[in-house]
Amino acid sequence: MFAFIVRRVFQAILVMVVIAFIGFSVQHSIGDPVRDMVGERVSLAEREALREQLGLNDPVLAQFGRFCWKALHGDLGTSYFHKRPALDVIVSKAPATLELVFGATVIILSFCFPVGIYTAIQPRAWFSRFVMAVSTIGVAVPVFLTAIVLIYVFGVELQWLPTYGRGVTVNVGGWDTGLLTADGLLHLILPSVSLASIMLPLYIRLIRSEMMEVLETEYIKFAWAKGLSRWRVWLLHAFKNTLLPVITVFGVEIGILFAFTLLTETVFQWQGMGFMFLEAVERSDTALLVAYLVVVGVMFVVINTIVDICYGLINPMVRIAGNP
Amino acid sequence: MTHLLEVENLEVKFALRFGDLTAIDDISFYLDKKEKLGIVGESGAGKSVTGFAIINLLSKPGYIAGGRIRFEGREINRLSAEALRQIRGNRISMIFQDPMMTLNPVLTIGTQMVETVQAHRRIGKAEARELALEKLRKVYIPSPEKRLDQYPHEMSGGMRQRIVIAIALLTDPALIIADEPTTALDVTIQAGIMELLTELCETEAMGLILITHDLAVVSQVTERIAVMYAGRIIETGYTTDIVTHPRHPYTIGLINSLPGTRQAGSRLEQIPGMMPNLTAIPEGCAFHPRCFLAADQCRRHRPELTAVSGGRHWAACHRLDQTLGHNHLHR
Amino acid sequence: MRGWQRFKKSYFFYSFRRDPVALTSFTIFFFLVLVSLFAPAIAPHNPYDTSTIDVMDAELPPSWMDGGEERFWLGTDIQGRDLYSTMLYGLRTSVAIGIGAVLFQGILGIVVGLTAGYVGGRVDSLLMRVADIQFSIPYLIVAIITSAIFQLAFGLGRFEQLAMPLLIVIIGISEWPKYARTVRASVLGEKQKEYVEAARVIGLNPARIMYRHILPNTLTPVLVISTIQVAQAVMSEAALSFLGLGMPVTKPSLGSLIKAGFQYVFSGSWWISTFPGILLVTFTLVVILFGDWLRDVLNPKLYKG
Repeated sequence: MFAFIVRRVFQAILVMVVIAFIGFSVQHSIGDPVRDMVGERVSLAEREALREQLGLNDPVLAQFGRFCWKALHGDLGTSYFHKRPALDVIVSKAPATLELVFGATVIILSFCFPVGIYTAIQPRAWFSRFVMAVSTIGVAVPVFLTAIVLIYVFGVELQWLPTYGRGVTVNVGGWDTGLLTADGLLHLILPSVSLASIMLPLYIRLIRSEMMEVLETEYIKFAWAKGLSRWRVWLLHAFKNTLLPVITVFGVEIGILFAFTLLTETVFQWQGMGFMFLEAVERSDTALLVAYLVVVGVMFVVINTIVDICYGLINPMVRIAGNP
Repeated sequence: MTHLLEVENLEVKFALRFGDLTAIDDISFYLDKKEKLGIVGESGAGKSVTGFAIINLLSKPGYIAGGRIRFEGREINRLSAEALRQIRGNRISMIFQDPMMTLNPVLTIGTQMVETVQAHRRIGKAEARELALEKLRKVYIPSPEKRLDQYPHEMSGGMRQRIVIAIALLTDPALIIADEPTTALDVTIQAGIMELLTELCETEAMGLILITHDLAVVSQVTERIAVMYAGRIIETGYTTDIVTHPRHPYTIGLINSLPGTRQAGSRLEQIPGMMPNLTAIPEGCAFHPRCFLAADQCRRHRPELTAVSGGRHWAACHRLDQTLGHNHLHR
Repeated sequence: MRGWQRFKKSYFFYSFRRDPVALTSFTIFFFLVLVSLFAPAIAPHNPYDTSTIDVMDAELPPSWMDGGEERFWLGTDIQGRDLYSTMLYGLRTSVAIGIGAVLFQGILGIVVGLTAGYVGGRVDSLLMRVADIQFSIPYLIVAIITSAIFQLAFGLGRFEQLAMPLLIVIIGISEWPKYARTVRASVLGEKQKEYVEAARVIGLNPARIMYRHILPNTLTPVLVISTIQVAQAVMSEAALSFLGLGMPVTKPSLGSLIKAGFQYVFSGSWWISTFPGILLVTFTLVVILFGDWLRDVLNPKLYKG
C-alpha cells in the first residue's frame, strides 16, 4: 500500500511538471513580461536591458527551472492588468467560485437522493416518468441556456431574484462570503440552480439505476422475506448499498462542476475565478492566464490523487489493477 | 383436523410484453404441523416460484393468478400488505439458496438479526440481541458475541448459511421454507447444514418445506414429497412410497439417475432431453417427448393426478398400468 | 444492392423500425443534417453577404408578432440579419465543427488506442497514463484553456479567421482519451481471441493484423460513442463560442448566435437567443436519443469511466 501511495504521489509530481511546462511555454512564447512591467512606451535599448536583467536571454531550460522554483514559492508572476501578483488575484476570486460550487452541491445533494430513490421504487408513477423525461432533455440543454431561461423568468419577467453579481458580501477572516447575508444568498440562488442543472439529471439517473439494480438483489428479497417494513428495506437495506458507488462518482464529478462554473459565472457576471480567467484572456493578461492554468492543474492533480488513494485504501482490487 | 398450510389450485403467471406466461399451473398440496415436505424438480420446474408464491414475494412480472393459500386457518393470499408482512419472517421464515448473496453486505450480522426481531416483537435492542445470541448458539456458531458485530464478508459460506438459519429461527416460526439451502455450499458442509436444519425442525416444532433438485437429500429428510415438472405436480405422496415405488416415468428417471441406486461400476441412467421452456410446453402430458412410455393419448390429453395406492400416493400419468414395479427400469 | 437487402432483413433494422424514439430522432437528425448541408440553397438570405444586411432591420420580432415583417420569419438579430437564415448557416457551422471534431478525436484516439492495446508493455503504459491524466481533467476545462492559449498565440484577428479548423482541433484534443480508452479496451478483448492468435501463427505482419483483423472488431464501440460525441462536440462548440473563445459573432454558429442575443434578452428581444437555443437543444437531444438507442441495440462492452 505504501508503494502504491508513493507511486501515485510521484506520478502527481510528474504531471505537475508537465503542467508547469505547458504554462511556462505559453508564457515564454506568448507573454511579454517586459510589456507587462513597463508598458509599450519604452525604448528598444531599455527593453533589451530589462530582458537581460530578467534573464529572458538565458537558456530555455534555465528559465524553466526558475519558473518552477518561483512557482514553488507561490510566485506565479504579476498580473498585467491588476498590477498585483497573479496568485493573489486568483486567491481573492476563489471564494466566489467555491461558494457557487458549494451552492450547486447543496442543491444537487438535497434533490438527487429523494428524487432518485422515489423514481427507483415507483418507476411507473407519473412523477417518475415526468422526472425521467425532463432529465433526458436536461442532459441536452447547455448550462448557459438554462441560465438564460432562469434569468428571463425570475429576473426579467417575475423580478423575484437578482441576476447579476454576488450582492452584499462580508469579509470573514480574509474570505469574502455572500453566504452570511440575505442579499448574498439571494444572489446565489439562480447561479447555483443553473450550475446544479447540469449534474442533477445525471445524478438522479445514476441513483435510480443503481438503486433499481440493488432492489433486484437476493439480500433485498431476503429483507422482504424477513417481514421488514418497506421503509426499512428501501432506506436502509437498499439505499445504503446504492450510496457506495454514488459517492465514488461524486468525488470525481465535483471537478466537472468546477469546469462549468466558467459558463455560469459568465452569464451571471459572477466575480469568480472563471470570470477572472475570461477577462484575462480578453485582456491578453498572460501571466494571470498561466497562473490560472497552474492553479487549476494543481487543484485537479491533488483532488485526483486523493480520490485515487482513498479508493485504493477502500478497494484492494484497484491496487492490483493499477499496477501495470 | 386443519392443516398448517394448504395450497389449493395455485396458479402463478408472469406478465410479459407478449402475453402472460404460466409458471405454476394449478397445483395443490398441504403441510401439517411439524411435518417436512420436499418439493423436487429440475430448475425451471416452478419449485422456487411455489415457495415465493406462498409468502407472496414473487419477482417483478410474476403474480398469483388464481388459487388459495391457507396458513394457520387464514387465507394469506387475500391479506393486506401489512398483515402479510406480519406473517413473513414471523410465522413463516425463508432460507435462500446462496448465503453469499442473502445477507446484506453493508450491515452487521447484529443489525440484520435485531431488525428482524424488532419488526415483529415490541422489545428493546438489548433484549433482541440476547435473543439473537441464543439463536446463534442453537446453530452452533462459535463465539456468537463477536459475530454480531461482524459483516457477512468476514465469514465463510457455511457460517453465513447458519446465520441465515438463525435469522429464520428468531421469531419461532411455524413454517420454514428452505429454497435449495445447501446447493451453493461446499459438498463437505452440505450434510452438516441439512442435518442442522432437520434437527432444529424437530426441536423447535417447525414445519419445513424443502425445495431442491436433489431427490437424495429430500428422501433422507422429508416425510412427504411432491415432484414438479413444467409447473405442475406430477407425483406426490409419502417419501417411502415414492422412493421405493415411483409411478411417474419422470420420477422413475430421477431415481434411476441417482448414484447408489445402481450397482457399483455401472453407468448412471439419464433422462433424455431437457425440460421444456415455459414458452413451449408440449401439449398433452408435458413429459411425453422425453418419456419412454409415451403413447398417443399422452400427446393429446393432459393426465390429472390420480390415486395409486389407497389415498397415500398420487401420480399424473396415463400409463400407470405400465409403471408398476418399474423401479430400476431398463430401456 | 444485396448488402442493402441484407441490411433490411437484419435485426438492427428491425429494431430500428419498431422503436418510435429511434425512428423519430434519426429522422430529425437526418433532416437537420440535410438542412445544414443545403443551407445556402434553403436560406432566404445570406448572412455573410453584408450588402443585403441593413442595420435598420435590426431586432425585428418574428413575423407573427407586432412589428414583425413578412420578410423575416423568425425576426432579425442585432445586426439586422434574418434570424432564420442565420440559424441555418449557424447549424451548418456547428454540425461541421461537431463532425469534424469527432473525426479528429476519433482518428487520434483510435491510433493511440490500437497502438497501446496491440503493442502493450511500456508503450501502452505511457500512452494510457497520458490519456488517464487528461481524462481526469474535465474536457471542458481542457477545451477552454486550449482555446484561450490558441487565441493568445494567434491573436484575436487570426483566431477569428481560423476559428472553424481551430475549434475542430481544440474539441478534438479535449476528447481523444475517450476513444483511446474505448479502443484499447476492445483491442485487449479481441487480442485474446483465437482468430488473432491464428493470424499471428500463420505469420501475418502485426500492422496487417491490427488494421485488417482487430480494427473492424473495435468499430462497434467506436460507432456508439461517436454518436454521443457528436452531440458533445456541438455542445462544446456552443459553450466555447458563448464564452467568446469560439466562433466570432460575425460567423454564425449556434453558440455565437446565442451569445450575440444573450444581452438583448434583458431588453425583451428574447427571440435572438431562444430560437438558436431551441435548435441546439433539438439537435443534441435527437443525437443523444439515437446514440442511446444505438448503444442498447449494439450493446458493446464500453469502457466505463
